[in-house]
Amino acid sequence: MAEKFDLQEREVWDGNYAASQAMRQAKVDVMAAYPITPSTPIVENYGAYVANGYVDGEFVMVESEHAAMSACVGASAAGGRVATATSSQGFALMVEVLYQASGMRLPIVLNVVNRALASPLNVRGDHADMYLGRDSGWIQMDAFNSQEAYDLALCAFKIGENHSVRLPVMVHQDGFITSHTAQNVYPLTDEAAYNFVGEIDPVDDMLDFSRPVTYGAQTEEDWHFEHKAKQHKALMDSVPVIEDVFAEFEKVSGRKYKRVESYMMEDAEVAIVALGTTVETSRVAALRMREQGIKAGVVAPRVFRPFPFDEIRDALENVKSVAVLDRSSPGGAMGAFYNEVSAALYTTENRPLVTNYIYGLGGRDFAVKDAMDIFADQKANADAGHITTDIQQFSGLRGPKLGFFKTKRG
Amino acid sequence: MAITSVKNLKEFSTANDRFEGAHTLCPGCAHSMIVRELMNCTDDNLVVTTNTGCLEVSTAVYPFTSWDTSWMHIGFENAASAAGGAEAMYKARKKKGTLKDNDAPVKFVAFGGDGSTFDIGFQWLSGAFERGHDFTYICLDNENYANTGGQRSSATPIGATTSTAQAGTHSYGKKEKKKDIVAIMAAHGAPYVAQLAPNKWKSMAKGFQKALETEGPCFINTVSPCCTEWRFDPKDTISITDLATDTLMFPIYEIIDGHELNILYRPKNVLPVEEYLAAQGRYKHLFKPENKHVIEEIQKNINEYWEMLQRREEARV
Ligand SMILES: Cc1ncc(C[n+]2csc(CCOP(=O)(O)OP(=O)(O)O)c2C)c(N)n1
Ligand code: SF4
Ligand SMILES: [Mg+2]
Repeated sequence: MAEKFDLQEREVWDGNYAASQAMRQAKVDVMAAYPITPSTPIVENYGAYVANGYVDGEFVMVESEHAAMSACVGASAAGGRVATATSSQGFALMVEVLYQASGMRLPIVLNVVNRALASPLNVRGDHADMYLGRDSGWIQMDAFNSQEAYDLALCAFKIGENHSVRLPVMVHQDGFITSHTAQNVYPLTDEAAYNFVGEIDPVDDMLDFSRPVTYGAQTEEDWHFEHKAKQHKALMDSVPVIEDVFAEFEKVSGRKYKRVESYMMEDAEVAIVALGTTVETSRVAALRMREQGIKAGVVAPRVFRPFPFDEIRDALENVKSVAVLDRSSPGGAMGAFYNEVSAALYTTENRPLVTNYIYGLGGRDFAVKDAMDIFADQKANADAGHITTDIQQFSGLRGPKLGFFKTKRG
Repeated sequence: MAITSVKNLKEFSTANDRFEGAHTLCPGCAHSMIVRELMNCTDDNLVVTTNTGCLEVSTAVYPFTSWDTSWMHIGFENAASAAGGAEAMYKARKKKGTLKDNDAPVKFVAFGGDGSTFDIGFQWLSGAFERGHDFTYICLDNENYANTGGQRSSATPIGATTSTAQAGTHSYGKKEKKKDIVAIMAAHGAPYVAQLAPNKWKSMAKGFQKALETEGPCFINTVSPCCTEWRFDPKDTISITDLATDTLMFPIYEIIDGHELNILYRPKNVLPVEEYLAAQGRYKHLFKPENKHVIEEIQKNINEYWEMLQRREEARV
């Protein structure tokens, strides 16, 4: 039996510590991991729990992230609760196995502390790794601060392991800004947390020899498509489960989560759509804009996959001008997030003006002032009735101003 | 553990059949013989993981499976990590008492081709051995990437032609020596490492049983003649394997705890390597006069290696 861990009602935790505590409380059976900045402390904290008897499960320190996710796949199919953590290059090395894990419908929880992808090598936070996972068939949830990193990590087990979902889940937090910033976090008691997450009830357990299972079969043009379509359907069908788990979590914690978090959107004329810590920065900016009489609001997906197309559309359809912020190098196109939000808005009656801002790459600071400038651009667009700038701009970039793609409206 | 009797081949070959005859491996493929021997040499519950390769693509084509036990394939390189992960989960659940049957013994086995073992999956294999997972890794060594049509691997011997190290007017085929995987795995300090062959079925079954019984990571390289890429008649698989072991191209031996070496088969008449080479299309070009030196080099390498094995066995160090 694991030793009792003393917790205060209010702790001061950074995002990494919050994620490690959630894994301890969920009584993970196997944690297989490999260190990489900025998620290393998650693995180290867990190592300290192991060394001091605070966890009963197995801790497998593998030789790479690819092996970490591979061991997670083997462990998960063997019928217990599995979690790990990574960032950036480690995430990139895992990608092959991310697809294999979701294809085998294994409810692994992966804490991703977002960081830029090389080259140039950079250890700071941006969303390049998060975007790299977006077609991998995992549920992706996004925490904007340490409390949320803790809360969502607990919810992740309950969502992924639900028998009508059976999918792996990523919980994202921003490298350094969340992962290394100590904040007040209100944890559940160990008992309340475990009661909330519940026991895992494995499906197709490799260690149940009364019913042998084959994992990772071969399919070609005869069956591959049906499998992939079913997997997509499982992701789409996870929506009500995610909502139920959020509702249940509210009951035990008092903290309310939604697939899309809207801030001052009831009467908003202009909006920023963002992910990660930028959401909180933009909310402060929105307040300041309101002091200047500009009706600003912020929309942020809490659940990035399955993409909340409907909720994003409903939150933004009456806005005049929207800025979608991509913290990942767009690689010769509009930002990926911009494209997804735009697709949702294209289905609305009013079709708000939508512009794209690339910002914060490699940890470049994004301040309240930057968000206010973006709101000001949106206000100008709203007043003009058309996009007054290039559709894609760069916020916070040194050197000559960069802009791409022109509008034909207005 | 529950050991199946290995006295009688007929009885043994039909014992505890957890690997179905229905699969799409080529007729004459040695992979299935080796796998069947492994599955038949124990009654314990088995979790088997398999790297991508001929074995995997031929035994789990949806909606069919040849595996009447728990089986997993993830990718080309990571069967060792998958077995390690499953083994860790077994330990965790046994401790917590959440297994369906907490007392039944379970063994973990990973299969890989030479491609996944010597080349792309080597890191995963090495890592799993360093961590000491309680599992057995079996390499089905057919000395090429058979599943993708016969490209070179670092297990391909000098002089063999493969599609990516071809014999031609300017080449006698592969130029580099085969990687000594058995020595490398023994150097990990693994408690049991061996090289075995399906023609010597008794020593192979005994070696498998030893590996399964031994706690910790055990490694076995098995010679697995591939009629398609080695170019011989499918009915000759075992006679080709006889030539492999009697020319000492594939010596049969084990290494215990990283150092104690035992030779498991000493041919009464050691045959010249030409007999082995001449029986396979992949070495045909070596019999041209200009390639005579390659055969000489192969023979020299064999002699030196056999000498080394005997000395190590004698030295008991
Ligand atoms: C990451 C990756 N690279 C390449 C391949 C293509 N591939 C599949 S099997 C194989 C060769 C298998 O050779 P080996 O391991 O020797 O097994 P065999 O088929 O010979 O039994 C290759 C190159 C793959 N599936 N995955
Ligand atoms: S190609 Fe070779 S290894 Fe592959 S199934 Fe055929 S005989 Fe076996
Ligand atoms: Mg091969």
